[in-house]
Amino acid sequence: MNDCRLSLRERAIFRTTRNKTHYDAGMTVLDFDALTNSSGEWLKGVGPESDVVVSSRIRLARNLDRFPFPPQTTDAIRGEVEATLRGPVAEVLPPGSMGYVRIDPLETLDRQFLVERQLVSREHSEAKGPRGVGIGPQESMSLMVNEEDHLRMQVLRSGLALDECWQEINRVDDALQQQVNFAFNEEFGYLTSCPTNVGTGMRVSVMLHLPALVMTKEIQKVFQSMHKMSLAVRGLYGEGSQAMGDFYQISNQMTLGKSELQIIQSMQQVIPGVLEYERRTRREMVKENRPKLHDKVSRALGILQSARTITSEETMHLLSSLRLGINLGLIDGIEIPTINELFIHTQPAHLQKLSGSPMESSDRNAARATQIRTKLAPVKPTGSGE
Amino acid sequence: MKKCMRCTKPATLHITEIQLGQAQVVHLCETCAQKYLSSVEVGGLPSSPIDDDEDESGLEADAEDAALEASDAEEETPTAACTGCGITFKQFRSVGRLGCPQCYTSFHDDLLSLLESIHQDTQHVGKCPPQTSANTLRHHELVRLRSELKAAVEKEAYEQAADLRDQIQTIESQTPVAEDAAG
Repeated sequence: MNDCRLSLRERAIFRTTRNKTHYDAGMTVLDFDALTNSSGEWLKGVGPESDVVVSSRIRLARNLDRFPFPPQTTDAIRGEVEATLRGPVAEVLPPGSMGYVRIDPLETLDRQFLVERQLVSREHSEAKGPRGVGIGPQESMSLMVNEEDHLRMQVLRSGLALDECWQEINRVDDALQQQVNFAFNEEFGYLTSCPTNVGTGMRVSVMLHLPALVMTKEIQKVFQSMHKMSLAVRGLYGEGSQAMGDFYQISNQMTLGKSELQIIQSMQQVIPGVLEYERRTRREMVKENRPKLHDKVSRALGILQSARTITSEETMHLLSSLRLGINLGLIDGIEIPTINELFIHTQPAHLQKLSGSPMESSDRNAARATQIRTKLAPVKPTGSGE
Repeated sequence: MKKCMRCTKPATLHITEIQLGQAQVVHLCETCAQKYLSSVEVGGLPSSPIDDDEDESGLEADAEDAALEASDAEEETPTAACTGCGITFKQFRSVGRLGCPQCYTSFHDDLLSLLESIHQDTQHVGKCPPQTSANTLRHHELVRLRSELKAAVEKEAYEQAADLRDQIQTIESQTPVAEDAAG
């Protein structure tokens, strides 16, 4: 039949139409209201070692073999990459996922919200051209299309759970490789836009809450020993971010020359030492001056429960003290997940999404104080310190 | 320990070359060092691999170095561009991002020393795509086991080392799979 022999132009139209259908089918409209009032699994504070380890994360960087890397190309090509990947990404998401969402049409505030939520990276939020993210169940997985690499996949778990993260992300990677060819060469492994990620394309990160090491300034020793082992120490939001609320992410830097399991094992060997160091320092602080520490964490709670306006920085600082107080049994009646959630929900985009309108800094400080007072209904500190 | 910049052996000689007032450090094993020194005597400095590895900050420091190298080279030969996307190595150095997967082949030799300084290794031994040949997987497994063996010997874990050596010998004794059979 003549109909089967399409001209080049007709083929182009056919392809566009087909992609359009696919695009609509694979697209999800994100329910920001539902997201604003919930929180991810990784904030539940339930996993192993959760007194110190907030969450574990593994990400893999992958690229399609026939396209230029996103930072160095045109929107037209980014569009082709996005069209190629959105279907497979939506398909590999586990049951109960939120689905695949296009990022480029979103307002700045919505993109900022997803960054605060750790569902997309700052780079992805600010990148150019067609791009999207597949969000897994309970925010425990995010598959970013057209970040610095064509695909950045990450799995998050509460507490120290690197093996589980790896099993899950490896499964997703296997499933995707049934559908698309990733750029790979036998010498350098999976090829990435930046040579710092080539090989396994894997970054293993563990987010730790280290208030005692910060208070005693012992944290410097941790930095030094991590540096010697070629591990990076970063803040709450990864590369280039400040260490807010005494949260630190420890992650591998070398991605080539070691297998995925070797990288995970070397992290698993290093982390217990840091945890023990933090716990020992906490115990010593309690032993040396329990009343002083009890006073400090109780004052933090007092300010958080009564302040009428509060900056993000002060919030982080006080929440960190409060989290320490709860873990040491000095504060009763407040759960760790409440505190973990407040760290995220008191950030600028979250506050603005909650109020339903953009706010100036001073209004945000007032809204933040209100939000905290609501969540931290008064409780009696235990009298055991005196 | 650093690896030789020309092969996979450990570098035992670290040669500092001073040319036109600029210092360049070359890390080589004994065999490659002899070849290197004889070639220097005959025809001056070999063009690669050379890097400035004294600085740990990696890319940025390398970028400056590359800019210098490139400005020298430009007068003689045009800077080679990637056959896949057309970016030059100089452009990569200034932005820190490669243009496309093909860049890893186009700039292979220049990237080797950079990868060595970032990862202290240049051979992938991790996960491979499903279509990877059995011979490649076997090669990766051997490289990985040998590096584990070296680490075990260094920390004097001899029982583990003996076990690793046995595993290496078992793999080595297997005949390589014919490529066509491997698909």
